[in-house]
Amino acid sequence: MAFVTANWNPLGEAFYRKIELYEMGWNLKDGLRECLVAAAPYGGPIALLKGRIRRSPSARPQLEIYSSSGLPLASFPWKSGVVKQLGWTVTDDLLCVQEDGTVLVYDLFGGFKRHFSMGNEVSQSQVLDTKIFHSPYGTGVAILTGALRFTLATNIDDIKLRRLPEVPGLQGASSCWAVLTQDRQCKVLVANESQLFILDNTACTPVTPPGLSPEASSIVHICVSFSYKYLALITDSGHVWMGTSNLKEKLSEVDTKIKTPPKQMAWCRRPKSQQPSAVVMWDGLLLVVGESKETIKYHLDDESILVPELDGVRIISGTHHELLQEVPGACEEIFKIASMAPGALLLEAHKEYEKESQKADEYLREIKEQSLLSEAVRQCVEAAGHEHEPETQKTLLRAASFGKCFLSNFPPEQFVSMCRDLRVLNAVRDYTVGIPLTHTQFKQMTLQVLIDRLVYRKLYPLAIEVCRYLKTPEYLGVSRVLKHWACFKVQQKEESDEVIAKAVSVKLADAAGISYSEIATKAYESGRTELAIKLLEFEPRSGEQVPLLLKMKKSPLALSKAIESGDTDLVYTVVMYLKNELNRGDFFMMLRNQPVALSLYRQFCKHQEQDTLKDLFNQDDDHEELGNFYVKASYKEKRLEARIALLQSAVDEYYKAKNEFSAKATEDEMRLLRFQRKLEEEKGEPLVGFPLHETMTMLLSVGLHKHAEQLYKDFRVPDKRFWWLKLKALAEKEDWEELEKFAKSKKSPIGYLPFVEVCIKRHNKFEAKKYVSKVTPEQKVKAHLAVGDVEGAAEAAIERRSESEISTVLSRCSSTTDHLLMERLNRAKATAAKK
Amino acid sequence: MASHLFCGRVNLNILREAARKDLREFLDKCSGSKAIVWDEYLTGPFGLIAQYSLLKEHEVEKMFTLKGGRIPSAAVKNIVFFVRPRLELMDIIAENVASEDKLQPRDFHILFVPRRSLLCEQRLKEKGVLHSFTNIDEYILDLIPYDGDLLSMESESSFRECYLENDQTSLYHAAKGLMTLQALYGTIPQIFGKGECARHVANMMLRMKREFAGHAQILPVFDTLLLLDRNVDLLTPLATQLTYEGLIDEIYGITNGYVKLPPEKFAQKKQGEGGKDLPTEPKKLQLNSAEELYAEIRDKNFNAVGAALSKKAKIISAAFEERHNAKTVGEIKQFVSQLPHMQAARSSLANHTSIAELVKDITISEAFFESLTVEQEFMTGVDTDKVSTYIEDCIAQKDPLIKILRLVCMQSVCNNGLKQKVLDYYKKEILQTYGYEHILTLKNMEKVGLLKPQSTMRNNYPTIRKTLKLWMEDANEQNPNDISYVYSGYAPLSVRLTQVLARPGWRSIEEVLKILPGPHFEERQQVPTGLHKKRQPGENRTTLVFFLGGVTYAEIAALRFLSNMEDSGTEYIIATTKLINGTSWIKSLMDHPEENSP
Repeated sequence: MAFVTANWNPLGEAFYRKIELYEMGWNLKDGLRECLVAAAPYGGPIALLKGRIRRSPSARPQLEIYSSSGLPLASFPWKSGVVKQLGWTVTDDLLCVQEDGTVLVYDLFGGFKRHFSMGNEVSQSQVLDTKIFHSPYGTGVAILTGALRFTLATNIDDIKLRRLPEVPGLQGASSCWAVLTQDRQCKVLVANESQLFILDNTACTPVTPPGLSPEASSIVHICVSFSYKYLALITDSGHVWMGTSNLKEKLSEVDTKIKTPPKQMAWCRRPKSQQPSAVVMWDGLLLVVGESKETIKYHLDDESILVPELDGVRIISGTHHELLQEVPGACEEIFKIASMAPGALLLEAHKEYEKESQKADEYLREIKEQSLLSEAVRQCVEAAGHEHEPETQKTLLRAASFGKCFLSNFPPEQFVSMCRDLRVLNAVRDYTVGIPLTHTQFKQMTLQVLIDRLVYRKLYPLAIEVCRYLKTPEYLGVSRVLKHWACFKVQQKEESDEVIAKAVSVKLADAAGISYSEIATKAYESGRTELAIKLLEFEPRSGEQVPLLLKMKKSPLALSKAIESGDTDLVYTVVMYLKNELNRGDFFMMLRNQPVALSLYRQFCKHQEQDTLKDLFNQDDDHEELGNFYVKASYKEKRLEARIALLQSAVDEYYKAKNEFSAKATEDEMRLLRFQRKLEEEKGEPLVGFPLHETMTMLLSVGLHKHAEQLYKDFRVPDKRFWWLKLKALAEKEDWEELEKFAKSKKSPIGYLPFVEVCIKRHNKFEAKKYVSKVTPEQKVKAHLAVGDVEGAAEAAIERRSESEISTVLSRCSSTTDHLLMERLNRAKATAAKK
Repeated sequence: MASHLFCGRVNLNILREAARKDLREFLDKCSGSKAIVWDEYLTGPFGLIAQYSLLKEHEVEKMFTLKGGRIPSAAVKNIVFFVRPRLELMDIIAENVASEDKLQPRDFHILFVPRRSLLCEQRLKEKGVLHSFTNIDEYILDLIPYDGDLLSMESESSFRECYLENDQTSLYHAAKGLMTLQALYGTIPQIFGKGECARHVANMMLRMKREFAGHAQILPVFDTLLLLDRNVDLLTPLATQLTYEGLIDEIYGITNGYVKLPPEKFAQKKQGEGGKDLPTEPKKLQLNSAEELYAEIRDKNFNAVGAALSKKAKIISAAFEERHNAKTVGEIKQFVSQLPHMQAARSSLANHTSIAELVKDITISEAFFESLTVEQEFMTGVDTDKVSTYIEDCIAQKDPLIKILRLVCMQSVCNNGLKQKVLDYYKKEILQTYGYEHILTLKNMEKVGLLKPQSTMRNNYPTIRKTLKLWMEDANEQNPNDISYVYSGYAPLSVRLTQVLARPGWRSIEEVLKILPGPHFEERQQVPTGLHKKRQPGENRTTLVFFLGGVTYAEIAALRFLSNMEDSGTEYIIATTKLINGTSWIKSLMDHPEENSP
């Protein structure tokens, strides 16, 4: 295994290694020369714009997109304006920034998605320089205009342009600058000669890097680390200064002794690095600088670009793709020459074991004696994660597994998940996929994002394999991939609707949480309405079906789906939509076939549009409801004539509805109103609107007996009720004379007990007594008691020989005054009881 | 404080906590100080979820009632509207927003309860204010935990909407509520139902289940769900409830768990202050099972309450007497430690003695007795086919219309419709006495089936009564052995159906089920194999009974009685759209044409 360290170079305390990732699959005649290149971080795709310098007016530049391994994904002639910069978004979309500030967005396969502008100011003064950057808010674009002003958009999916303050004394392209995120704000760091400024929303603040070598007269290049925490700059004197990006601390300064400005510079620092280090590139030369005076020099054969990563720098040339990084701690421990670290010993032990040599035991003992075996296993597992070659990974994992055998209670999770992760990583690093992710990057980017990336590349089967293999919950994993697949599938024009719908439904049948409406939307957007409808049939959530159906102008279907869901709000939404879309006749017809929608719409009209309600009833020849409608309307009408007219309409409708009772009752109502009005005019009594019963009471109370009688006869009020009414009215008035006359007028249909009671209620015992004798025998006792005549009650009760009545009387007797009476009653009770 | 929610078989506090969490999350979304503008209807139901203190903790500084014009000034950053999704309310909100002071703009938010509405948002858009809102959100409050075994949607007009206006919005909410419940308490394996609405809710539930595939796996708490349409049993709410709680509701009306009582009886609390003037504000009391004494007597027949109260009085005074026996310091300490509990018990006893007196004043009146007698005659089928003299007299004396309607409807229901002549007579009497405008109300009663002309079919009420044993001659009020004690003889039909379902099963009453309106059905929901409940021997089944269109306190009492019966084998949790009684129910069905909106 000695060759593992073959590509290691020491720098200070640490080692650096350069690993070849791919031999590029593309065939570029001129390499990267004269190309505009953009490679996305996290092993993302590479975009090239070739032939930018026009050789003839007819020659157009060519835009090409490749995977990290150089496999072509797209290629097309560039027909738009002059491109100043290319860049990738976090969702693998290609941004092409044009001279006039227009940004064109393409997908991974060169499909045009949209464009947006960076504002008028930019388009007027033209783009001088552009940087595309990533922050927690998404992908951003920063532009230095011809007017030497900065314009910035932090998130291209939610564009809010910010124009930054002016930088004093800035002069053209000689300046260098960078974007960084600090205190949740995106700022621009710009150098002007030897001065450095920080630009935020409001101010331009001059800053000085602490301890910058005084030899420098200007800063020629700036770069910010992947995490925005660190800053490196190089001066015209060839000094590389490294420090924190808040410019509070200097980490190191190295003299490269090269005075020409570099082509590119990038941080080469991994999390938990031992030292800060940057990579600086000149023509044909690559330099790694760290803390020590020494540097590592690499010779470059070919035009290259640097792609900064979280844990290193990728170097892409016309023929090769390499990763330059600090050797991770665990690897260094294990592979460093003559290392005695537990991991190294374990690896050795395993090697001996494979050779069936007893030395294996010696090595093992040595680790175990220091009780470092678990540490050794951990080191091997960790180192495996950092190795690129599957063979090396395997060797390390086997050693780890071997070591594990001698440990009890060693938690298996780290080992198991590392094996799984590596299997996934090796799969995506494969030449045909071309995503050279390191384990550190993978953990940072998360599985979710990796799956997205695979989906963007249309590598659906692999994505599903990965989800299944890593046991991702279905709705986050397989279902999501399948949905993307289906969205892509529905855009394939060459296949028929039936075939696609079937294919989609078969593939997605068992997957949980699939949004068919999203797929259908895609189908609709690509002009396949019929397919969209077919797909919507699979959607279980009506809330999702309905809006799209409306968009597709399939309103009857939308309506029935809405009704099916039981969600009345959804039904209302469709109904309101239809109301605006259709002419009234069609609208009503449609409602007529959907009773649920109709009754909801009626409810709506009842509150909002009374007239429409009437039209609805009319259309349905619903005379009963029309009658009710007019009755209701009549109560809102203040003027009597109009009110009666409305009631007349109601009567007509009720007759048409063959509702005799309602018609008659309403006619009665009209008659009563007319009567009330007449009397009101004649006698000045306010009567209109009162119920019949009350009207009669009022008439009686003002002495208009004849009129009351007339109503009684006209409206065929039952005798009993009239008697009650008159009785109460007279008692209320305390018109005792009239009451007596009334009592004698004919035989009372309600008996005479009520007469007694109303008198007593008005505290007139005298009048009450007049009626006691007229009361029927059954009610005599009650009547006597009501007027307080206990003896009379007793007489009546004894006469009737009713045990219960005697008891009632008894309960009213007081033992002191009615002694004799009580005796009599008790005796009578006894006799009654015997009977 | 929600101790009343813990005491039941199922911990309904989980539901309340979930609701509170959602509320907090929403309030925190509108960061900074805020004022809430309330749709007044919602304050009652919200009170069951959260008190003002919770709102205060989340920077709610002011509360207003939603009304037209400008919102009162308040130095807050946010204005939050808590509203039902109703168009007329949107108009008011739009007016509020439009008249906001442009110089000191505040952030607006809307919280729709229980659900967002596209229709309402559309209306706000039309009014040009939709963009003024920073947050538009929904607060899903379908089933509100009301007591330890009781959930209510507190949706007043649900019966009217479903049966009169054919608007099944509340059923959609009911189904959603049941889905929430199942998310918290597990899938309910068995669903039974009777009635059109029940069928509709069950269909929606089964459909929604497909929508939310891939739920968290919870061991089912409920074994069975029984969905019952109120119109399957129109009779029960018409009858006067005779349990303690039922009577309080009949006489004073319980709203959102609170009752307002005339203050006189509660005046002479403290001795020595006799001269103080009487309080004029009604006494407001919360009624739920957190109060030990109330839990004990609420479901008793009122005739048994007196005895229970005096027994309790004896126990309490005996407990206070204990102090004379407390000799050692330890004993005294023990006594003192119990003192707060005893004092609470004493004040609770005093309150309920007063309430019982108030109720008794009504129940011993002749009017109450007479009306009850007539009710019971109807329920036993006496003279239901002719005009009742009693009702006639009541109309003649102009007793409250609702009372008349209750009685007439009851007669109609107990006779499976009235003869056309009788019906027309009653209607005419009502119109002449109470005014012709009530013609619309009468039509409503007919539409929902409370009033109807007798068809050619034979009166089938006696069959139902006999098969389901709806009338029990010798109901024992003191020590009941049957649910009929809650109406002193009448066993509520709805509860009988529930009882029969548990044992021996509905197959035994197929005939009756066919007579009652709407389909009856059974559905099963698949429960993953790992989650099948293994019942311990002697462990009861738990059934959720959902009354679509309302339930009375007496019915609840009857179900509680069944739960507590020794050999019942089933415990009941009750859910409903609203707690109703005959009066509130009939009122919700009346039409008031002189008002602009019903």
